[in-house]
Amino acid sequence: MFHDADALLLARIQFGFTVSFHFIFPAFSIGLASYLAVLEALWLKTGKALYLDLYRYWLKIFAVVFAMGVVSGIVMAYQFGSNWAVFSDRAGPVIGPLMAYEVLTAFFLEAGFLGVMLFGMSKVGRSLHFFATLMVAIGTMISAFWILSVNSWMQTPAGHAINAAGQFVPASGWLPIIFNPSFPFRLAHTVIAAYLTTALAVGGVGAWHLLKDSRQEHARKMFSMAMWMAALVAPVQVFVGDLHGLNTLEHQPAKVMAMEGHYQSHAHGAPLILFGIPDDDAQHMSHAIEVPRLSSLILKHDLDAPLAGLDTIAPENRPAVEVIFWSFRVMVGLGLLMFTLGAWSLLARLRGKLYEWRWMKRFAVLMGPAGFIAVIAGWITTEVGRQPFTIYGLMRTAESASPLAAPAVGASLVAFVIVYFSVFGMGSWYLLRLMSRAPQPHEPEPANAPAHAAGITSAPAFTAAVGESRHG
Amino acid sequence: MADTTVLTLVWGAILAFAVFMYVVMDGFDLGIGVLFPMFGVGKQRDTAMNSIAPVWDGNETWLVLGGGGLLAAFPLAYAVIMSALYAPLIAMLLALVFRGVAFEFRWRDPGHRAFWDLAFSGGSLVAAFMQGIMLGALLQGVHVEGRAYAGGWWDWLTPFSLLTGASVVVGYSLLGACWLNWKTEGETQEHARRLMRILAPLTLVALLAVSVATPFLGNEYFQRWFSMPRVLFTAQVPLIICILTWRFIRSLRRNYELAPFVLTLAVFGLSNVGLGISMFPYLVPNSITLQMAAAPPSSQVFMLVGAALLIPLILAYTAWSYWVFRGKVAHEGYH
Repeated sequence: MFHDADALLLARIQFGFTVSFHFIFPAFSIGLASYLAVLEALWLKTGKALYLDLYRYWLKIFAVVFAMGVVSGIVMAYQFGSNWAVFSDRAGPVIGPLMAYEVLTAFFLEAGFLGVMLFGMSKVGRSLHFFATLMVAIGTMISAFWILSVNSWMQTPAGHAINAAGQFVPASGWLPIIFNPSFPFRLAHTVIAAYLTTALAVGGVGAWHLLKDSRQEHARKMFSMAMWMAALVAPVQVFVGDLHGLNTLEHQPAKVMAMEGHYQSHAHGAPLILFGIPDDDAQHMSHAIEVPRLSSLILKHDLDAPLAGLDTIAPENRPAVEVIFWSFRVMVGLGLLMFTLGAWSLLARLRGKLYEWRWMKRFAVLMGPAGFIAVIAGWITTEVGRQPFTIYGLMRTAESASPLAAPAVGASLVAFVIVYFSVFGMGSWYLLRLMSRAPQPHEPEPANAPAHAAGITSAPAFTAAVGESRHG
Repeated sequence: MADTTVLTLVWGAILAFAVFMYVVMDGFDLGIGVLFPMFGVGKQRDTAMNSIAPVWDGNETWLVLGGGGLLAAFPLAYAVIMSALYAPLIAMLLALVFRGVAFEFRWRDPGHRAFWDLAFSGGSLVAAFMQGIMLGALLQGVHVEGRAYAGGWWDWLTPFSLLTGASVVVGYSLLGACWLNWKTEGETQEHARRLMRILAPLTLVALLAVSVATPFLGNEYFQRWFSMPRVLFTAQVPLIICILTWRFIRSLRRNYELAPFVLTLAVFGLSNVGLGISMFPYLVPNSITLQMAAAPPSSQVFMLVGAALLIPLILAYTAWSYWVFRGKVAHEGYH
């Protein structure tokens, strides 16, 4: 027989699985929407067809990413209630309005202008079309604002009271809730991560085509733009990530202890554990490779500062070091590699060899998917690090779930895994196929551009679209 | 206290509006999905899909508003309903995944077009059916104890919920056919008209069946419809539906293009009103009222400001987007 503990674990796996899958798409579409807005602005400003070609090339990719983001996002909007009913009931008065604002200010904006962005160029003219692109890009930003505010409130709850029914309700105004202590850091860190993820993906595609033909004009342009972004933003991300970490140390010290692998407290300077094998049962780090006192220097800016370990946290409140220790290292490691790629590209640019250095281009191809992995690793770090709470320190995960029997959750989990892997697997394959084709002069519009009898129908664009739909 | 009651009623009305908008906007495009296999491969199917490609995403956003709005304004009802309807809800969400991605994937992979067409129509069919089942399951009532759902995970499955499921599929299909009659021409339009002639009577039968069955579910539905003097008001609903049906038949005979679509939407609107008559003042029949589930005034007021400013704006730019893609969808060149 199944027990409640099984149902809870299955619900957690299901939420983690669906949210991780979902997060991949917005991480890409936030950056890509802004990139498209920049490309279209450059096209309108300079009149160079090159920018329009790149715009249309990435627009087709954006359409596929966005569709997958939408359908996996609708799942999230309902899963709070279906699987986390007690949490929804109790936290709804605080997080519900923020999520409703996300729908009203962001989702409608994106969806309302997406149709025009994808299919409307020949109908509304350049300026209005650019406006539509801008609205979609701004919509993705607004969406990030609200949902990260919700997530941050769950991490660092503030501005709430508890009513007679046990619900979290606003204590006075909404500003302390929206701008809760970890929100500014999380927002900055995540949006930059989305930009960096996009830059690496665009750069990887550019590098791939440059490896085949280093004179390809379109590939050169996208590679150059992406490498500027990586070179400038990766260092900023290291800095913002550090600030975010210090903020976490202040509000969620147990999470930082788990990230650092500090089971034990250190009275005189804590070492930075580079690698080791964490063992939660024994609360011990074996085979540790460590740099003495460096952790105190990083976290307290003092070599001799004492640093508390998980031994100061009640056992039932400790997060899983075995997960976070690794996910954090994956994120940081990839971040440093991104930094390296940015620096390498700057050096190549200075030498005038940006399009020639083959090893740098190969490295850029390899780093193409790095952003996605880093984003998921970071997400796991912060979410698993919040455990065993849904609302940090106030509401435990174990008391948040819906009263569902394990077979119900087990069946849905299996269905999600099968559907997501097959559908989004196919989708990712289509994305790779779109990316493997080099951008062309006179890049066609999206294939399924609907042609209408009314309005201004552009015959050449339509013919091109037909050709595209035939050849894929 | 009086103010908070008004506030809660306003939020009830906003959510009813969101549900109605969802049915108006996504009903026809799910219906097109259901009817998809009945259209010829190539020109007809491409035209049908192109007629909704620019707007389906916005249409589905009303579903997200329904969920998000319910969580925000009536968190207790959201929590109870979503866990009570777990299986059909998850099935609907997964079905929407298939049909949503099909809009893009179908064109990306002509080699597997047949598969993605099936994903599109199957996803639409299952999503519509599950929405109907959820409606029926809610109407027949769910077992609540304290602040939580206390039933099993197959409670929703009854003859009544299967009836409402089938009814929604038929009704959405009629909406889809009416939309295609309006937005297409030539053989696609003729085909849509043939389907309308079959689907309209089926929709009427379905509506009748659900209307007759509902008062006998218990839950005081009978009194809400037939007690004096309420019946003087509630009787207007079937009366107007009769008038609309007569207008619909006339518009079909005269080959009107837009009128059947609008008239069908009006029937759906009245069905929504009928649903309101049955349910009010409950969100979950016999156990959770609007007032019981209401979030505190501070939450409802905060959102009301946003809703009052933003919903008109959303309607405006949504209308603009439909206007941009106005007129008949051409299909030259797709064969």
